[in-house]
Amino acid sequence: MGSFATMIPSVLMIVAPILITAVGGMICERSGVVNIALEGLMSIGAFTAATVHYFLEPLTPLSIWIALIAAFFAGFVVSIIHAFASITLNADQVISGTGINLLATGGTTFLSQVFFKMERTAPFRLGMMPGFSGIYPTAWIALAIVIVAWYVLYKRPVGLRLRACGEHPQAAASAGINVQKMRYVAVLLSGGLAGLAGGCLVLTETIQYTVNTINGAGYIALAAVSFGRWKPLGVSAASLLFGTAVALAIYMVNIESLRFLPSEFFSVLPYIITLVTLVVFSGRNYAPRASGQPYERGGS
Amino acid sequence: MKHTKKLAEPARRDRTDKLDNLLANDNAVSVIVVLLGLLFGTLLIILVGKNPSGMYSAMLQTLTGLDIERGTWNARYIGEWLTASLPLILCGLSFGFAARTGLFNIGAEGQYIAGLTAAQFVALYFPPIPILHWVVALIAAAIAGALFGGLVGWLKARFEVSEVVATIMLNYIAFFLSRWATMQIPGSNTYKTPSFPASAMLTSNLLQSLTNDSRLSIGFWVTILCCILYWFIIEKTKLGFELRATGYNKEAARCSGIKVTSRISISMILAGVFAGLAGAIVALGSFSYGRVLAGLDNYGFNGIAAALVGNNTGLGTFLAGLLFGMLASAQPLMQSRQIPKEITWIISGLVVVLISLRAGAKLFLAWRAKNKVRMHMEIQTASDAASLEDSLNSGNGGQKHNG
Repeated sequence: MGSFATMIPSVLMIVAPILITAVGGMICERSGVVNIALEGLMSIGAFTAATVHYFLEPLTPLSIWIALIAAFFAGFVVSIIHAFASITLNADQVISGTGINLLATGGTTFLSQVFFKMERTAPFRLGMMPGFSGIYPTAWIALAIVIVAWYVLYKRPVGLRLRACGEHPQAAASAGINVQKMRYVAVLLSGGLAGLAGGCLVLTETIQYTVNTINGAGYIALAAVSFGRWKPLGVSAASLLFGTAVALAIYMVNIESLRFLPSEFFSVLPYIITLVTLVVFSGRNYAPRASGQPYERGGS
Repeated sequence: MKHTKKLAEPARRDRTDKLDNLLANDNAVSVIVVLLGLLFGTLLIILVGKNPSGMYSAMLQTLTGLDIERGTWNARYIGEWLTASLPLILCGLSFGFAARTGLFNIGAEGQYIAGLTAAQFVALYFPPIPILHWVVALIAAAIAGALFGGLVGWLKARFEVSEVVATIMLNYIAFFLSRWATMQIPGSNTYKTPSFPASAMLTSNLLQSLTNDSRLSIGFWVTILCCILYWFIIEKTKLGFELRATGYNKEAARCSGIKVTSRISISMILAGVFAGLAGAIVALGSFSYGRVLAGLDNYGFNGIAAALVGNNTGLGTFLAGLLFGMLASAQPLMQSRQIPKEITWIISGLVVVLISLRAGAKLFLAWRAKNKVRMHMEIQTASDAASLEDSLNSGNGGQKHNG
């Protein structure tokens, strides 16, 4: 099992972006808005980070961090579309999310054509460097985000208010909470986190952005939110499990005892687990009650 | 004062009514949305310093086969355009069918992959009997799609599992299962299987000769048949009525004696059939060997766009599918004219985003209606007050003015 211990850094490398995105998705759904645009927002973050890092790399040693901040802002800005459609206009949340996912594929490749004259970004020389015992800093970023999210959601008044908006927006509104503002904050934050996660992914796992860089990580994060029952600890555990499965699918060739299984087995695992748990835990509904429902400000 | 207000009123109301009617008409909004998408695409091309006329001449060539730059004509482009549109139309029908029942079928992609895989297996393993071979392949694809769709419907109806999450999960499950299963076929490598026998192919000599040897296949007729079937089931049958009733209001439907849970399952099964057929048409119409999928074909996701623009109707989805198929198959032509081909994806994505903003048009209309009522009431009160004043001043004069 020695080979498994050496896998831990790569597992954490793969888990970190999934976890960051999932925390964003959790916050978003807790406020009552479903964000299926996570996949597209991750792509946008990854593209932004790869591009910024490519151009700043020769200029400054802080390039990686600037790239990550840029990725956060890219996700933040693009998710304004989703927030405006689903909160201000009460549009269907799934439609605008799907739209952003489609737009992200086209938009990032289009911009790659503009900047680099090809369908992907030009490769940067050096990505993020692993720190202590081979663990990438992204793992610590993810950990910090989970802890902060847990603290704010459960220990601060603003977290209580945000959760109230997802459970019963009318009641929250009657208690003087601005439901629309709260949901805006949640959606934009989740967009920013997804962008940041995309940046983390591209800077640790690869050397350039292509259309296939994200390859379903956003959807896995979405699954982790459901599987983790919309709670920080659960979502973290789910992300860890799913990240491990993804890592196993990639690195299993190194593990003698698992070689008889096809790699598709591990790839498909997160999705099957999620589906099965959704069925097993059906009936007892853990989802925020008003998640996915537009909130119409009570008229007369 | 009150007189001028009254005189100005009819003309103004006329204008607002026209705008109201335009925005209330879903078809008109779809056309506006598509035009806005094209406009934005044009602006983007200008912004990156390219000539947008290249985009339009590429589109024209795709639609008519006419190359205005060289002055040549080749019907093959029309055939390829229709070929690219078929899976989009069928996946659009899949999304639309579920949407009419109030479900979000993000899983057309998975159902498409299930159909594609089943069709490939039948093509390679069924005895090569002419006609029967591809008929069986189509049926197998429809059944495979129906199983994947029906599973979601059943989970939703029986366990209240969100169909959005379930379909996304099944997309990937279908993808990886298809890869694994296809690679088990003897003689296949990591990207393709051995060639199909000719009897399995959906080749249509008539359509090929009409379109100068394009890949347009029997799938064309299948797609048209599906559109008609879709329209018939939704609009003309008791089942369709029950499905739509469920979509409008589940509780009301249940109270009227409609078996809502079984309708949800049936709706997803039929949605799966359409997407499964799309898989078969691509597998046996456009390829001569089975594919080990390297990535998602994305017909399922782009089909969502087709259904949304087509307002989930049979004819609308057909037309919208042709539009998105045109955008897709114009890509290589755009590239040869130095237009970044990704612009077509941006236009598709933008159209979906704009469709989601359509809800804004509804809010705007409601606000207008409210305003109109208020204005009307204000005029009413104003004229009432005036007539009261008049009658108080001059006994009987007031009535005449307001008549």
